[in-house]
Amino acid sequence: MTLQPNDRMAGVPESGIRKFFELAEERDDVISLGVGEPDFSAPWAARSAAIHSLEEGKTSYTSNRGMADLRRLIADYSARWGLEYDPDTEVLVTTGASEAVDLALRTFVSAGDSVALHEPNYISYEPGIQFAGGEPLRVPTSADNDFVLTPEALAAAGAEEADVLVLCYPNNPTGAVMTESEVRAVAEFCVDHAVDVIADEIYAALTYEGEHTSIATMPGMRERTIVINGFSKAYAMTGLRLGYALGPAEAVDALNRVHQYTMLSAPTTAQYAAIEALRSCGDAVEEMTTAYNRRRRFVLSRFEEMGMDCFTARGAFYAFPECGGDDEAFAEQLLTEEGIAVVPGRVFGECGKGHLRVSYATGMRELKTAMNRIESFYTDQ
Amino acid sequence: MDAKRELLALLSTDARESTEDIARQLGIDADRVEELLDELEAEGTVKGYQAVVDWENTDDQRVAAFVELNVELDRETGYEEIADRIARFSEVESLRLVSGDYDFAIEVTGESMQDVSQFISNQIAPIPEITQTVTHFIMETYKEAGIDFGDRDGDDRLSVSP
Repeated sequence: MTLQPNDRMAGVPESGIRKFFELAEERDDVISLGVGEPDFSAPWAARSAAIHSLEEGKTSYTSNRGMADLRRLIADYSARWGLEYDPDTEVLVTTGASEAVDLALRTFVSAGDSVALHEPNYISYEPGIQFAGGEPLRVPTSADNDFVLTPEALAAAGAEEADVLVLCYPNNPTGAVMTESEVRAVAEFCVDHAVDVIADEIYAALTYEGEHTSIATMPGMRERTIVINGFSKAYAMTGLRLGYALGPAEAVDALNRVHQYTMLSAPTTAQYAAIEALRSCGDAVEEMTTAYNRRRRFVLSRFEEMGMDCFTARGAFYAFPECGGDDEAFAEQLLTEEGIAVVPGRVFGECGKGHLRVSYATGMRELKTAMNRIESFYTDQ
Repeated sequence: MDAKRELLALLSTDARESTEDIARQLGIDADRVEELLDELEAEGTVKGYQAVVDWENTDDQRVAAFVELNVELDRETGYEEIADRIARFSEVESLRLVSGDYDFAIEVTGESMQDVSQFISNQIAPIPEITQTVTHFIMETYKEAGIDFGDRDGDDRLSVSP
């Protein structure tokens, strides 16, 4: 047979989100709480800078690692979380944080390596691990523990033997964040058992109570961590596809070796937008964050009022309530009967079963209607 | 941010939210929201709650103009005194003292251009301290009170995404 996908490919199933996407697309009256991206557009100043760069004819490749000005601004920006990286040697600009995750997996995972990932989690990590030839090691987290990763959970899953841990907090789909002491505990586990960490911190700026703690700032962790972030969530720039990786010089050299042959450089127009975003869009980010925080509290209090168990999500723009039954059936009926799209928790891993991912990256008006409909559907059940 | 500042920020975005919905969004009790609203009003921080209307969408005849006013002060009359006289006219929607080539910037509304012109020439220009008026009729409103009338950024996201 021709064009037969290889074994790595063949073992990766199609995304479970696809089905809901198709169901939701069938009708045009759906209020969607199933979206994993901001409802805001990128700040106008950033868009404007992108347009200007096009007018100026800035349509060539940039250096592999990204424009020097952008790397310097990224290094300055990252300092807010205590991350200190040299813009010349320790920053790599990528095509979305997604590219950075893929690069890190392909660079640091050898065939047969065990790669731990906590669940429920963003749907791309496990396939990414498989594409890289690694063996995913699922580490369940639960609502009882606010979906925080603990050394106990890591040990219970046998992660002492893991080579790499993929860590994503604030988390998609749960909205969970980890406190400094919780991060410290995981860091100690990683140091003790020589586990490298790929830390996807794309939602770091969307931390609503307390401050985001990067695991790379913990003792012994800088040399074993790749920190990944980007402009998609905080700056509402998903479609511009711009992210970055931070790490020790040698590790970033290695990432760049894959990047320079596969991507050459991140989109130039997006880099100009990102430079302006970091220079002048701090206020816009604060406005968006304030709006998300209001919606977060609104959604959480509505779940509480309707008697749906939902732990206090403190990051990203998701709540992860328990629907009190089969999440897939619930989501499907909610969509067909009430026209509200949410994503069933099981899509994000076995231990997400019985939960729903509810994105509050939607205007307050729609959110109010949607929560009312969820309430009437839930109470009628 | 303390609750009062958060409330103020929320009201500046949407003052029509119910007390219960405001309470949910700020994570405080509805009673506390009412208390804070009372405080904000009593101390004169919140002056009112108004809709932002695109009058073009109504059948009402409505004409608005920005008017620049130059004034000459003397020992007895300061900006405050002049402002006080101008502000009392219900036709005057806003009144501000500004830096630059003129002193006051006012916004005036009426049913027709003639209506507005007559108001300026009969009521404003004759005020003794006013030395000059320049009237700019508003042709089109694109944005007001932070609200873009064009609705330029539509939601084109996929309905479900990871």
